Amino acid sequence: MNNKRYAYYSGCSLESTAKEYNDSLKEIFKVLGVEIEEPDDWSCCGSTPAHTVDPLLACALGARNLSLIEKMGLETVIAPCPSCFAVLKRAHLKMKKDPEMRERINELIDEPYNLRVSPKSALQILYEDIPPEKISEMAVYEIPELKVVPYYGCIVTRPKEVAEFDDPENPISMDRILESAGITVLDFPFKTECCGAAFGVVKRDVVNKLSSKVLSMAKEVGANCVAVCCPLCQQNLDLRQDQINSLMKTDFKIPVLYFSQLLGLVFGISPDKLGINKLVVSAQWIVDSLKKAEKRGKKIKEEPEAEEEQ
Amino acid sequence: MRVGVFICHCGNNIAGTVDVQKVAEEMRKIPGVAYATTYMYTCSEPGQNEIIEAIKKYNLNRVVVAACSPRMHELTFRKTIEKAGLNRYFLEMANIREHISWVGDDRELNTKKAIDVVRMAIAKVMNNKPLYSSSFRVNKRVLVIGGGVAGMQAALDCADGGLEVVLVEKTQSIGGMMARLDKTFPTIDCSICILGPKMVDVAQHEKIKLYAYSEIEDVKGYIGNYQVTIRKKATYVDWKKCTGCGLCMEKCPSKNAYDYFNFGIAPTRAISIPFPQAIPKKAKIDPNYCRYLTKGKCGVCAKICPTKAIDYDMKDELVVEEVGAIIVATGYSLMGVENFPEYGGGRYADVITGIQYERILNASGPTAGHIKRPSDGKEPETVVFIACCGSRDKSLGIPYCSNFCCMYIAKQAILTKDHLPNSQSYVFYMDIRAPGKGYDEFTRRAQEEYGVKYIRGRVSKIYPKGDKLIVKGADTLLGVQAEVEADLVVLANAVISNPDAAKLAEKLRISYDTFGFYVESHPKLRPVETNTSGVFLAGACQGPKDIPASVSQGSAAASKVLSLFSKDMLESDPQVSYVNPNICVGCMKCVKTCPFGAIKEEELRDGRKVAKVIETVCAGCGICTSTCPCGAIQLQHFTDNQILAEVNAFVSGK
Repeated sequence: MNNKRYAYYSGCSLESTAKEYNDSLKEIFKVLGVEIEEPDDWSCCGSTPAHTVDPLLACALGARNLSLIEKMGLETVIAPCPSCFAVLKRAHLKMKKDPEMRERINELIDEPYNLRVSPKSALQILYEDIPPEKISEMAVYEIPELKVVPYYGCIVTRPKEVAEFDDPENPISMDRILESAGITVLDFPFKTECCGAAFGVVKRDVVNKLSSKVLSMAKEVGANCVAVCCPLCQQNLDLRQDQINSLMKTDFKIPVLYFSQLLGLVFGISPDKLGINKLVVSAQWIVDSLKKAEKRGKKIKEEPEAEEEQ
Repeated sequence: MRVGVFICHCGNNIAGTVDVQKVAEEMRKIPGVAYATTYMYTCSEPGQNEIIEAIKKYNLNRVVVAACSPRMHELTFRKTIEKAGLNRYFLEMANIREHISWVGDDRELNTKKAIDVVRMAIAKVMNNKPLYSSSFRVNKRVLVIGGGVAGMQAALDCADGGLEVVLVEKTQSIGGMMARLDKTFPTIDCSICILGPKMVDVAQHEKIKLYAYSEIEDVKGYIGNYQVTIRKKATYVDWKKCTGCGLCMEKCPSKNAYDYFNFGIAPTRAISIPFPQAIPKKAKIDPNYCRYLTKGKCGVCAKICPTKAIDYDMKDELVVEEVGAIIVATGYSLMGVENFPEYGGGRYADVITGIQYERILNASGPTAGHIKRPSDGKEPETVVFIACCGSRDKSLGIPYCSNFCCMYIAKQAILTKDHLPNSQSYVFYMDIRAPGKGYDEFTRRAQEEYGVKYIRGRVSKIYPKGDKLIVKGADTLLGVQAEVEADLVVLANAVISNPDAAKLAEKLRISYDTFGFYVESHPKLRPVETNTSGVFLAGACQGPKDIPASVSQGSAAASKVLSLFSKDMLESDPQVSYVNPNICVGCMKCVKTCPFGAIKEEELRDGRKVAKVIETVCAGCGICTSTCPCGAIQLQHFTDNQILAEVNAFVSGK
């Protein structure tokens, strides 16, 4: 199981607004021994615009990328952005269930896609393929003051038939991953509430109102940090936190970090490499509160290779 | 050979898509067919009389009725030809309704298929042999499985009718779900006050032998003669000595045992009597929580027990009871809250289920009948009820309605107002289903007299806010989102079959549906019979049912058993396997494959060993006939020759 190679489809967000998600994931993958390889010449997944306009186009865009990955000879592709993940997985399932669709799509793309790739979210890889003990061993730092609520957003576990992972209503994978890294995770009733998604472009107040509910609930349960796994959620909660504050007359100042950034911090990776400075709401206090976790840390620092077994 | 063919129109059911005249015409051409006719309703009295008259007039000695499924009327027509003096097995039915007219609408093709099917029946009937049933003795004892209200009613009715009854109850006490209820709808009378006396009657009835905390291990035999092995599970308390004083329960130091009777709403002790009216009122140790049984240290109950009834070394015990009929009344289970993650999935202490709320309302429950919510013991001001939690939800695999939730929600809302006059209850519902006598009036009363607010719509989410629970849903009548700040939420979780329902069904050889509910012989006309003769159903093991329906079925099943046992002898079905000793080579493969143990080895006078079928045990399944390498074993009425004659008639088209 260890050091399995995965294809890695970063998608457009991780190249731009969510660069810190990309960077931090790659950093923690290095620590956890997850080997990744990016496909050459990958193209846009189509995201929301494609499937609102033409389901065939949406499927073809996904299938094109899947066929590239298939040629790499890797059986799993990690798509960290939930939107990319949903598009790839939907294309895969659609073509698997409907041979006619498969034929039509394969006619549209350069090389046929033969259903040999399994798209998974970064969350799913960390939850299913990495033993929690390993994450635990790698966590050499701790942040005692930190109280995190995990916010999954709407599509990483839904719909159930597409995601085929975790619980659609009360997901727990991010909770468990962060917990095994020694991070305090609070029970969060709004794990899958809507942040407003792409409505920020057309109707900003909708996003601000919905996102403010998520932040209020985080505050309500006593959290001082929100962990996310979706670039759009991150953007709505972090970049727009000021907009929320001015519209809703609130004074939120809650850092919104990718779960991979949090893991990176406790793994002892430099905050710069994790893109902590890219956050709009400063997470400096989190960085400042990092403390060596004495007991767990020692052994690993001395023998970084020896953690494979157990 | 003089065959008479009677083709039924079944009104328009058959004649609508099959040219019955043409079928009759074709049949007349077949050699051996002396008479062929059609009739509007062959099963009606004049229809049957016509068969009898035709047999006499045309001197018929074989009859084919082409009509509905033999499951429907084979017995009817067998009796008809018997009246006319023919052996009842000289009848064949050709199913041209369920297999033809109801499933196809192409008249020409249907007619062609009907001609084939009737021709096959004619070929078979010409090869039929007269068969005669023998009779056997009936053991007039009855086994009732399940001591809920349906099983108790069945047991009492049978016992009052003079039958000996063996009543097997899985849990420690009889009473079932009804014993847990506080009040019953629509009269709001106290549940245990009407059930308690019945429970006492069961305990005191000299004809009823009660096995509590026991399960069915194995069932052998057939109608009239069953041998049932019962597993008496270890209670670690000698019930002959236990007086039910309850001292052990007071002193037991293991205070966090799961309380099955109260559905875990509060903990109980490792040794316990489930409720004050329990029958038998005897203590039982839960081995998962008992300190002595888990850690080998403690023994408090053994020291304190005034009659020295504690026996930590007790083992399960198997007993065999012989009975002639079985009534299954095993009841139902409820879907667990873990299936509703959107409602907390068990994370929120104040989101409880209907049956748990029933225990809170109940004077003998953990809060002594005071409405206190589990988390902090506060009296709730706002209570929200959510109907159809799981029921009618295909995504959870339950497309059916759970039958009684609408009514108990109304009842619990009324009781809430009675207990806490300042409280306000809300009900989120899909439809209000209250079709019983006085039922709709009752749900109206909840709304009009008790001010319960009914909101038509589903709840999408429940989440905590401070010490309140926010219930978020839709009000589909007003077309708005509805949000209620609740102190307590009660889920009407779906009725499901018992987790071990399928296992028991297989032991009893009765059928069960996709959902694990037992299947009755006919949904309208044989509601308490199963397709296994001698086994009857009562109550919610067949599907969700309220108390009056369960009690009616208990009585109905009992009356079926009483009428079955009104005869001393039963006639056996001659459609069983028969071994021709002249052909049998004695390989005994059939003995191994028979699922009923109906074949044994027999030594002939010349010392040759051959197989022999025990007629009363054979169920006529035919497995042995396909196993036998030399064709020595034949299923009567379905012999190789009879089946081949049908095949020949079909393929030759003659």
